[in-house]
Amino acid sequence: MRTRALLAAAVLALAACAPARLPAAEEEGAKFGADWESWRADTNVSDLASVQRGARNFTSYCLGCHSLKYERWSRLGADLKIPGEVLEKDLLPPGAKATDYIQTHMPAADAETWFGKAPPDLSLMVRARGKDYIYQFLATFYVDPARQTGVNNLRLPTTAMPDVLSELEGLKAAVFKTEAHPGGAAGSEQAFDHFESLAPGRMSLAEYDGFVRDTVNFLDYVSEPTQLERRQLGVWVVLFLLLFTWLAWLVKREYWKDVH
Amino acid sequence: MADHAGVAGGDEVDLSRRKFLTRATIATGAVGTVFAAIPFIESWRPSERARALGAPVMVDLSKLEPGQMTLPVWRRQPIFVVRRTPDMLKRISGHDGELKDPKSKDSEQPAYASNGVRSRTPEFLVLIAICTHLGCLPKQRFDAGALSASWPGGFWCPCHGSRFDLAGRVFAGSPASVNLRVPPYSFPKETLLLIGADEKGVAS
Amino acid sequence: MTVKTATGAAAALPKAGGGSAGKSFWAWLNKRLPVDQFLATQVTEYYAPKNFNFWYYFGSLALVVLVLQLVTGIFLTMFYKPGEATAFDSVQFIMREVDFGWLIRYLHSSGASFFFIVVYLHMFRALLYGSYKPPRELLWLLGMLVYLALMAEAFMGYVLPWGNMSFWGAQVIINLFGTIPGIGPDLVLWIRGDYGIADATLNRLFSLHVAAVPLALLGLVALHLVALHEVGSNNPDGIEIKDKVGADGKPLDGIPFHPYYTVKDFVGVAVFLVLLAIVVFFVPNLGGLFLEAPNYEPANPVSTPADITPVWYFTPYYAMLRAVPDQRLGALLLLLGVLAFLFLPWLDRSPVKSMRYRGWMSRSALAIFVVSFVGLGYLGMQPALGIYVVIARILAALYFLFFLLMPFYTKLDPVKPVPERLVYHAH
Repeated sequence: MRTRALLAAAVLALAACAPARLPAAEEEGAKFGADWESWRADTNVSDLASVQRGARNFTSYCLGCHSLKYERWSRLGADLKIPGEVLEKDLLPPGAKATDYIQTHMPAADAETWFGKAPPDLSLMVRARGKDYIYQFLATFYVDPARQTGVNNLRLPTTAMPDVLSELEGLKAAVFKTEAHPGGAAGSEQAFDHFESLAPGRMSLAEYDGFVRDTVNFLDYVSEPTQLERRQLGVWVVLFLLLFTWLAWLVKREYWKDVH
Repeated sequence: MADHAGVAGGDEVDLSRRKFLTRATIATGAVGTVFAAIPFIESWRPSERARALGAPVMVDLSKLEPGQMTLPVWRRQPIFVVRRTPDMLKRISGHDGELKDPKSKDSEQPAYASNGVRSRTPEFLVLIAICTHLGCLPKQRFDAGALSASWPGGFWCPCHGSRFDLAGRVFAGSPASVNLRVPPYSFPKETLLLIGADEKGVAS
Repeated sequence: MTVKTATGAAAALPKAGGGSAGKSFWAWLNKRLPVDQFLATQVTEYYAPKNFNFWYYFGSLALVVLVLQLVTGIFLTMFYKPGEATAFDSVQFIMREVDFGWLIRYLHSSGASFFFIVVYLHMFRALLYGSYKPPRELLWLLGMLVYLALMAEAFMGYVLPWGNMSFWGAQVIINLFGTIPGIGPDLVLWIRGDYGIADATLNRLFSLHVAAVPLALLGLVALHLVALHEVGSNNPDGIEIKDKVGADGKPLDGIPFHPYYTVKDFVGVAVFLVLLAIVVFFVPNLGGLFLEAPNYEPANPVSTPADITPVWYFTPYYAMLRAVPDQRLGALLLLLGVLAFLFLPWLDRSPVKSMRYRGWMSRSALAIFVVSFVGLGYLGMQPALGIYVVIARILAALYFLFFLLMPFYTKLDPVKPVPERLVYHAH
């Protein structure tokens, strides 16, 4: 009886922890985006196909402004099992050698003039901010006529980054509601309520969700390319050490029979 | 065992079991220690950066005039790339008796450079420009008679006087004992020389 | 023929040859270096109490971690490039481009945290069993010096990757010296070697971290071990085993360190390595506790991380610092919080060493102390807002009361009678 109750509780707890994602289909009357802060990237770096797609996404949409200055093209090719010819033809920018680091073409000085801030290198961004942060960042752009770029972002308000993925995602507006200040202070503030789609993009909501997750997955890989090797090696090391612990304990028990 | 209130020996002690277990544990520990040493030893291998900088080097041969030499660097080593004229090729033979290793039996070169001209094609000579004595950079002395009346042309090392012919073979009387080494190389196009890679792939 | 000396007595000459070659080499060696004598007095005939429990693993574990940090540190230094412009990049070079560099780096970063886990548990043992009481006061003080050197070493090591937290952590901690009356600002300028945390600061911290403090640590650890062997180990019952010796002059309740404790400590080391491997191979960042997220961004003098907190092992003292609204007094409280431990041998007036035989007063005091230390540690990681500040102040007060009231509650404490002989259960 008790075990069953515990098991049920565990299942419920696990279900509650299930990552919230963008809804696959918009439900009638559902407030899309109201729960944006609980959206999780839910990616797995060992999903090679996803990381490969993410690499393609990155080179198409991000490399124009963002570099990955600690990662070499050749390393990318080897880790992601991309054949040399495909790497040369589809991914390598013209003039780049396979052993070059992944640089962007945008000169940093120009970037600062255009955007006010040079687009940061993304080699370590997943470690610095977390994959959920980046997922939410790419998923919460909204139209904001008050800004120079015409957009704003819920995860990073007043971001200098334009909505480069709008052709894929479409355009959405943020609807705010008036709320009292939390903590009981006088007056009210504008709190985000939900998103409203303004114009569709080339991708459906589900497709865009997959696009973002693949890209985040790729950035996760770039932030630590050795992580897959690390975990694989770890299994053997821990198993060996457990064996050694058992042997050492047997020796100890044997010698300590002497002690009374 | 010590005759001591805290420690008693004798009846319960199975000495052979004790020895076996101890030895098994020490053996496992030794294996573990060897495996644990591997990452540290491996860390001394050339890094990804060294391997990238040591990637094969492409040389454009179209600019090289006959009789001229260029000196690219591959894996931190200078490389002689010489475009030999027909006259220079003639001067490679006829002095085998004066050479220490005329057939390059003791010297280092890939299979395709073990011939008489020590290169894939007679026209282009590719050698590692490090004297096989103590490592200085030899100077070119291609003209006949440059060093002595019978000098057929070749290389001369200023440090200790080693002399090599126009195929990089070492002359007797030189402190060096083997011919100048030939690196792996190939010609992806007629006018392109790729130093550091051949049919076997990139040199390890 | 016997050779005679000037006085006519027979001269003691070295024996010609030996049994096997090994034996004679050993004899040759021992005439010149006291190897056998050292092994006998320090290991095979050094007697330790037979009732060591879980809390007694951490001394040998501390030695293991020290060796780990030295070896991995030496290898990291082969690839790391100190300097404002190169440090951060060189760490990424180690992680990505040096074969197994990532493993050596994670061993070193995890090792630092494990060092403090082991050392805190090691120190707690002393509180549990009164291991700082006479004749072990100097042993305790030397241990405290090791702890202080370790804190300095860890702080400097954290600056070296030159991440954003490295920079701002250095900024905050070095600024603390500015609170010293009179010489403060000049002292800070002297420590930094520049008008802000800069290249000069990084390079001197590198030298201290790699050479100076490790040498000091080795010396202090050696002294710590010599002092230990001089008085012998305490034990969970707090009884001096040397008080009851057998006919052979050895303590009745003692056992030779080798083979019994070498063999037992091996198990401790093995379990420790399992835990270390799990962290290094599966959770090296430990959710930001062992390697903090802001440090994955390069040092930026114009951008402070949202929350500047030190690594977890300093947070108890950091919480004390922030508990006081005055900068100077806060820094003083932090210093006193660390130094308070030094006075324990003289604050503790209990006639009994071990918590096993102490009364409810000492036990409650220790329990409250643990709660306050851990609680302060947690609060030190949170932003200093609202209710957190209030609780931090309460816990800081309790922390200091543990020491300040000790002379009284240890004297009044109703102690239990201490047994004559050690309590030992075969295991």
